[in-house]
Amino acid sequence: MHRVKTTVFALSLLTLTFFAYTPRATAQGTVKLEINMGQERPRIAVPDFKTATGDPQTAPLDQVFNQTLWNDLDNAGIFDMVAKSFYPAQQPGQPTELTAKNWSDPPPNAGVVTFGNVGVNSGKVEVQGWLYDVKNPGAPQILGKQYKEDATPDNARIIAHRFADEIIARLGGGINGIAESQIYFVSTRSGTKEIWSMDYDGANQKQVTKLGSLALSPRISPDGSRLAFSGLTKESWQIMMYSMDLGRTVAFPRYHGDNFSPAWSSDGTKIAFSSSMHSGLSEIFVADASGANPRRLSTGKGDVSPVFNPKTNGQIAWVSGRTGLPQIYVMDADGSNVQKMTDQGYAVSPAWSPNGLLLAFSWVRKYGPGVLGGEDIYLMDIASRQIVQLTHDGGRNDFPSWSPDGRHIVFQSNRSGTEQIWSVLADGTHLQQLTRQGRNTQPNWSFK
Amino acid sequence: MNYSKRHWSLILGMLAALLLVSGCNKGKHPQPPQPPPTPAPTANLSANPNSIQRGQSATLTWSTENATDVALDGNKVDPSGSQTVSPTETTTYHLTAKGVGGTQEATAQVTVAAPTPTPTPTPAPTPTVTDDQLFAQNITDVYFDYDKADLRPDGQQMLARAAQMIKQKGWRVQIEGNCDERGSTEYNLALGERRADSAKQALIQGGVSADSIKTISYGKEKPQCTESNEDCWQKNRRDHFTLLH
Repeated sequence: MHRVKTTVFALSLLTLTFFAYTPRATAQGTVKLEINMGQERPRIAVPDFKTATGDPQTAPLDQVFNQTLWNDLDNAGIFDMVAKSFYPAQQPGQPTELTAKNWSDPPPNAGVVTFGNVGVNSGKVEVQGWLYDVKNPGAPQILGKQYKEDATPDNARIIAHRFADEIIARLGGGINGIAESQIYFVSTRSGTKEIWSMDYDGANQKQVTKLGSLALSPRISPDGSRLAFSGLTKESWQIMMYSMDLGRTVAFPRYHGDNFSPAWSSDGTKIAFSSSMHSGLSEIFVADASGANPRRLSTGKGDVSPVFNPKTNGQIAWVSGRTGLPQIYVMDADGSNVQKMTDQGYAVSPAWSPNGLLLAFSWVRKYGPGVLGGEDIYLMDIASRQIVQLTHDGGRNDFPSWSPDGRHIVFQSNRSGTEQIWSVLADGTHLQQLTRQGRNTQPNWSFK
Repeated sequence: MNYSKRHWSLILGMLAALLLVSGCNKGKHPQPPQPPPTPAPTANLSANPNSIQRGQSATLTWSTENATDVALDGNKVDPSGSQTVSPTETTTYHLTAKGVGGTQEATAQVTVAAPTPTPTPTPAPTPTVTDDQLFAQNITDVYFDYDKADLRPDGQQMLARAAQMIKQKGWRVQIEGNCDERGSTEYNLALGERRADSAKQALIQGGVSADSIKTISYGKEKPQCTESNEDCWQKNRRDHFTLLH
């Protein structure tokens, strides 16, 4: 594996810089968010892959592949995409067709180029893809891959996602790409609230649960095999478990009272949830992943929405109304060392970043019967308690969830008129609407 | 015996005078005013209820005035009284009141409907239709302030009264806590739980046993209305009560 010299791919931590804004300050500081990636972002050129065969299916699948690959690399947030208008006329389909200098010289001035070809043969789509370092002498190959699947647009997309993730893994400082990740969410479009899934870019939206009642708060397990959610039975709310492998719900213990808002530890061994089984009021419990052995952790009034610190699983953040309006709290995973993280307004929906350093949450800073302020997504650096506002454009924004690469946040927003799922880079750029049909809420990004 | 001619002619004379007098009434000659005629009878007949299902009964009630001879469909009855009837078809009853002053009739109809098919028998004791109505009339929604789960004075009063009725009737009650649309889905489930629990505690204070009370929170998932204004929001910030069968 060649090392690329010109740029330092030291991407790891997301760091925040901001003007003086603290939770207690009334003046709202402005926000600057920088993704610390070392020296510079790699400039990548992504010419369309050539069509390799005359089969009529080739062109449309090639188009799907090219669009998906471009979007995946653009969405990753770590590249400087060289605009297509700067590309040289030649479209390399094979390494022998690549003239590195044409790409590394201005106007493209690319650091790396990905290229290849797409062909359809006997009902199979075949893709060959390469990634070349064009700035260094000899233009070394970084990556060469070959894929073959049944010739469908879905598979053209899947291959593009896989290839993009390979590129990101090589160039993204050791953090895997998210192009193959999934987002689970609640949708009303089937008539009742059910859990749905979609690709991270909003493609391939499909219904998962068929409860026929009310299904809320989806949380996919770390290995992607089971989906926990809150379901309303005739008697009460219960934590329910859907097996993605078997395509149906599987047995999960039912407890007294109402049980909702499940969350997984990142090692897949524990589930935290809110339950009124003990006192008739909602408290935080942790049980084994099978649902057995629930242990009560909190004793507040109206405690809900627990989440494990995914880096250590040693802490749980959650929401409590114990002092009045809901605020964000953090405790150790055994219930000790309770810390209050917010102390004004209406703060809900905490979400830990994958590196365990930041909490995203939804906040109405000014909350009261008279003036209802906007509800926006905020990021808090846990160590310093400093807070940065991520969304600004109005409406009600809630339920942030981090991507596995720690660079993206998906959330629900009614800024378009109805509640929909949106994604954004953690620096506030690349805002994209992912759903349009029905009302869509409570997104949950998969662990991988 | 031997009536004298004089005796007979006196009687005939009197009779003739009587006839003349009565005949004169029909004549054109002005006559002295008649003594007031005997008042005509009055008759009233009613059925209660006037609509029944086959197999049920109704009560006929009647009253009359100035009648000496009163009959209900041909059967002699007291001038006023009541009687239970169970007609199998829609029937009109006739009351006839005869008196010196004339005859008066009154009618009343009882409509008979076929009964609805009998549902599968439910085990006793079960609350009846009347119980559901009684419950709904007396155990009404309780409303809350913004983000609060405390009972207001009117809510407390209603629940104090409700506790008595619930105890007396041996009812089992479900309390459903609800919130308005503005809060977050998950937090509103917890807030609804608190609201339901507030009402539960009030009923327990009123002597209802905890076993007779079940709580559930619907958060903001089952709103009564969907407008985005305080009017509607207030309607949704409520505990709703249902009778568990």
